[in-house]
Amino acid sequence: MLKIEDLQVRVGDRTILDNVNMEIPEGETHILFGPNGSGKTTLMMTIMGFSGYEVTRGRIIFKGRDITYLPIHERAKMGIGVSFQRPPTINGLKTRNLVEICARNRKEPVEIEKLAERLNFTSFLDRDVNQNFSGGEIKRSELLQLMAQDPDLILLDEPESGVDLENIALLGETINMLLGRGVACKTERLPKARLGCGKSALVITHTGHILDYITADKGQVLYNGHLCCSQNAREILKWISEYGYEECLRCAI
Amino acid sequence: MRDIDKRDPDKTGKDELAVDLDAYQVEAEDHPYVEDLRALPEKDAGRFLDVGIDTRESFRSGTFIQKDSSVIHSCARQEGVEIMGIGQAAARHSWLKDYLWRGFDPQADPFVARARQIPHEGYFIRTEPGVELDRPVQSCLYIAKNGFSQNVHNIVIAEPGSSMHVITGCATAPHLDSGLHVGVSEFYVKKGAKLFFTMIHDWGEQINVRPRTVVHVEEGGVFVSNYISLKAVGSLQMNPTTYLDGPDAVARFNSVLVAPRGTTLDVGSRVILNAPGCRAEIISRAITSGGTIIARGELVGRVAGIKAHLECKGLIIRDGLMHAIPELQGFKPGVEMSHEAAVGKIDQREIEYLMARGIDEEEAISTIVRGFLNVDIEGLPPGLAKKLDQIITETQKDMM
Repeated sequence: MLKIEDLQVRVGDRTILDNVNMEIPEGETHILFGPNGSGKTTLMMTIMGFSGYEVTRGRIIFKGRDITYLPIHERAKMGIGVSFQRPPTINGLKTRNLVEICARNRKEPVEIEKLAERLNFTSFLDRDVNQNFSGGEIKRSELLQLMAQDPDLILLDEPESGVDLENIALLGETINMLLGRGVACKTERLPKARLGCGKSALVITHTGHILDYITADKGQVLYNGHLCCSQNAREILKWISEYGYEECLRCAI
Repeated sequence: MRDIDKRDPDKTGKDELAVDLDAYQVEAEDHPYVEDLRALPEKDAGRFLDVGIDTRESFRSGTFIQKDSSVIHSCARQEGVEIMGIGQAAARHSWLKDYLWRGFDPQADPFVARARQIPHEGYFIRTEPGVELDRPVQSCLYIAKNGFSQNVHNIVIAEPGSSMHVITGCATAPHLDSGLHVGVSEFYVKKGAKLFFTMIHDWGEQINVRPRTVVHVEEGGVFVSNYISLKAVGSLQMNPTTYLDGPDAVARFNSVLVAPRGTTLDVGSRVILNAPGCRAEIISRAITSGGTIIARGELVGRVAGIKAHLECKGLIIRDGLMHAIPELQGFKPGVEMSHEAAVGKIDQREIEYLMARGIDEEEAISTIVRGFLNVDIEGLPPGLAKKLDQIITETQKDMM
């Protein structure tokens, strides 16, 4: 689904990512660990094609096509969806209208009210996008947009940050639904996932709490702009929580 | 043509705002009274509709229409409201003189002097005490004669405990090359009354417009003004003054302004909070796509226990001038006043956020601009809200 080859990315005068290689096959969920400032968000923004993230070497391939220099909306149309950690407020634009925009490339009509109900978000549909939303409300808004968009590759930036315990399970469940995983949607979607038609995801986390709610196929650690470890996600989390990032990385060096 | 980039900010709009009063004619032929609005010429009716005036009068409590200097229609369709030309009102109510020219100094303002010396009617709208109109009253001031200076004097009185919404649409016949509108308006919102006033302007590229307004709000009264000017106008200058004179009186001003190239808008609101518990809010959204906008806001807190906020946001889409002048004056400890002003371009992060949902850059920008102009306007009839939305969409297309 997604393949990143020898990627080097500069932000301003600084090289933030270097020699990043990564492959996320169809149907797999990968977790990207890393301390603050390690370049996780940069990687995500680069995959999506945001300005200010300059690719100075390497390439990004999605569904077999080189998308390294494709405009953002083309990538979205091809099936990449992002949940942002700190999305901007858009005054005067109702959340409902934004969700409609997200659903525009879907073949079948999307029942926005129903999706919103599932996320306990109905009362926010008529509010301006992200205006005075709490951390948890932003996450629900982002996931609602992704549900309407139904992308094939989902990039989630710190999906659990700022979310209270009550809501984190709901978020986990929604993410599983988006990915066609988990028990809640077994009947309709899991077999598809097993057949290899499932969705792929890259989930950024530095605490790892989200792993209690979603299943991951693989974990990777990003440190100082380099990917330095790639193995079972829970295993990595165990090491990080036990010994911290520094120690965890020693095995990679 | 003047080079816009070399505009001197100290002389902002001064040249554009200069008006030679003698260049306009003050006589216009009389237009016949129109009993049935459906009989209006289609050309005029279409222009009325653009500024919110519904000639079928659906969802309206009454209508006043003035063309040049003639009142061509005035009619109340609900009990408890009077709608007529000010001349007729003066003949009917001897007390009306007590309401005229309060708070104006003709010496200080040549346009006020003009309206006083050469008056051409204007509307009188009054609710009876305690009457709550469930549908808006509409009034239209229209210039059809080329080179005419239309000088009107309007009075709106909301008697104690009453409530009403007045929608005023102002326009000109298409393709006028010259015209001046001077409008002196005096609004009285009495104890516990509510007055919503929505004004939509579409005057035309060559027209100069000088409204002069004073509003008096008594104890517990509420005055809400919505002002919308999305189309080209030669120059427009207004800075209505509102006195909140009784405890707990409230005033809210929302303005949505767009200045294409060749348009100068100098638009402000002044609210003087004279009694404890008074509240005021001024919100303006302004976009220049080549024209000049001076967005003023002045809040004056004279006693403790008042609260006032001013918010002025400006977007520059094409080179022009966006000049925000927010002012706060507090005289006593215990006033709570704040302002927020921002002038700039569209935030790239917002554009890219929308692009990440699958729309191209151009559509992302137009979506943001529409949102920016989309100030929630209280109390609009559904038909008009939809119409405005449509006009905003068109305006936004013209801007790009």
